[in-house]
Amino acid sequence: MRNLPVLISGILLGLFGVLGAGLVGLSYEGTAERIAQNKREALLHQLHVLVPREQIDNDMLTDFIEVSAPDALGVEKTRVYLGRRNGQPVAAVLSPVTAPGYAGPIQMIVAIQYDGTLAGVRVLSHRETPGLGDKIEVERSDWILGFTGKSLLKPRPTDWKVKRDGGAFDQFTGATITPRTMVTRVKATLEYFGENKPQLFEIGQPQEDTGNG
Amino acid sequence: MDDGYRKIALDGLWSNNQALVALLGLCPLLAVSNTLINGLGLGLATTLVLVLSNLSVSIIRHWVRPEIRLAVFVLIIASFVTAVELVMNAYFHGLYKVLGIFIPLIVTNCAIIGRAEAFASRNPVPRALVDGLAIGIGFTLALVVLGGSRELVGQGTLFDGAQLMFGDVAKGWRWTISEDYPGVLLAILPPGAFIGLGLMIALKNIIDKQLKRPEKVPATDAEPISA
Repeated sequence: MRNLPVLISGILLGLFGVLGAGLVGLSYEGTAERIAQNKREALLHQLHVLVPREQIDNDMLTDFIEVSAPDALGVEKTRVYLGRRNGQPVAAVLSPVTAPGYAGPIQMIVAIQYDGTLAGVRVLSHRETPGLGDKIEVERSDWILGFTGKSLLKPRPTDWKVKRDGGAFDQFTGATITPRTMVTRVKATLEYFGENKPQLFEIGQPQEDTGNG
Repeated sequence: MDDGYRKIALDGLWSNNQALVALLGLCPLLAVSNTLINGLGLGLATTLVLVLSNLSVSIIRHWVRPEIRLAVFVLIIASFVTAVELVMNAYFHGLYKVLGIFIPLIVTNCAIIGRAEAFASRNPVPRALVDGLAIGIGFTLALVVLGGSRELVGQGTLFDGAQLMFGDVAKGWRWTISEDYPGVLLAILPPGAFIGLGLMIALKNIIDKQLKRPEKVPATDAEPISA
């Protein structure tokens, strides 16, 4: 019975493991519903900032398809949330679309009206330099609102550059790379949408309600 | 008895402040202290974990064999941190998103396991509780002061993002020096955190010296006379 202390220690350690796991399990049970609710609301809020609630009559959270177009959208998997009214396509929200930033990928959400006009662009996350590149956040500067209303017709495709490169978009002092990469990516996204919008809205018929929203 | 608690509280808040004296938990301290509210949020989460872990470690201190005690402490702390993370995600979703990876990283804050090992495992429950609370508040204060000064110097505001923590009531709390404050990038970037912490430690040392002086004055006065 020389091994008894080891055995007791082992059992004790196991017991604490079970207790710890139990605590985590309980907190998970208690919070899972609310966390899912938070995530849904945050996402819905994000979508409706760009595509106002009154423009559509479907539930965008359940009406989406997943596409993979890394060349155009910069990321392996993008969700396309579809907004419809009376069954007619109104707008699509692509999330995420990724542009290679100065210090890591810039994740964006891009909303496009069915006619190819931008309903708006927002940044989800980025690692640009604080005070310089972070002016792409809507809380810090109005720069990103400049995308709203633009399309591949206005300005012309050749003008989809920052002003320093002879295009139509402002850059901000001290940071040209960030606006440049975003303008390029938004343009590519518009082109992708223009080529694919019939398929996007056809494939993405409203899904069966699975009961969990 | 009363004196004992006073010493524990004073140690945690000032003389053994984990951030300024022990220099523990620097990773979250330096990374999250870019605004006052971020500092406060992480500080309170850390305090909660500290109190809970000190409490449980103190309760089980007679049953845990020495050879497995560190493993058990880590288990306890990790469980509480995960639970706190879930609760924050559920009830302070905005703040949770801002603090991000630094909430799970509370696990790696050496101050917490340090207190469990050095204090809670050797002291009765009430003393361990007071210690956890004092250490936690001391750490929070350091975070808030560092976060507040970096926010003030760096972007010229205070209480930016308060609504993430206190709800919509706090939207008007944001205070700005002036609309066209240029901002000091250095204070927001990581070096600003190191410089700020260094200044805070220096300030604490100066204050400590000032506090000590009155006791020494009679002694030095007496010397020339006897000599």
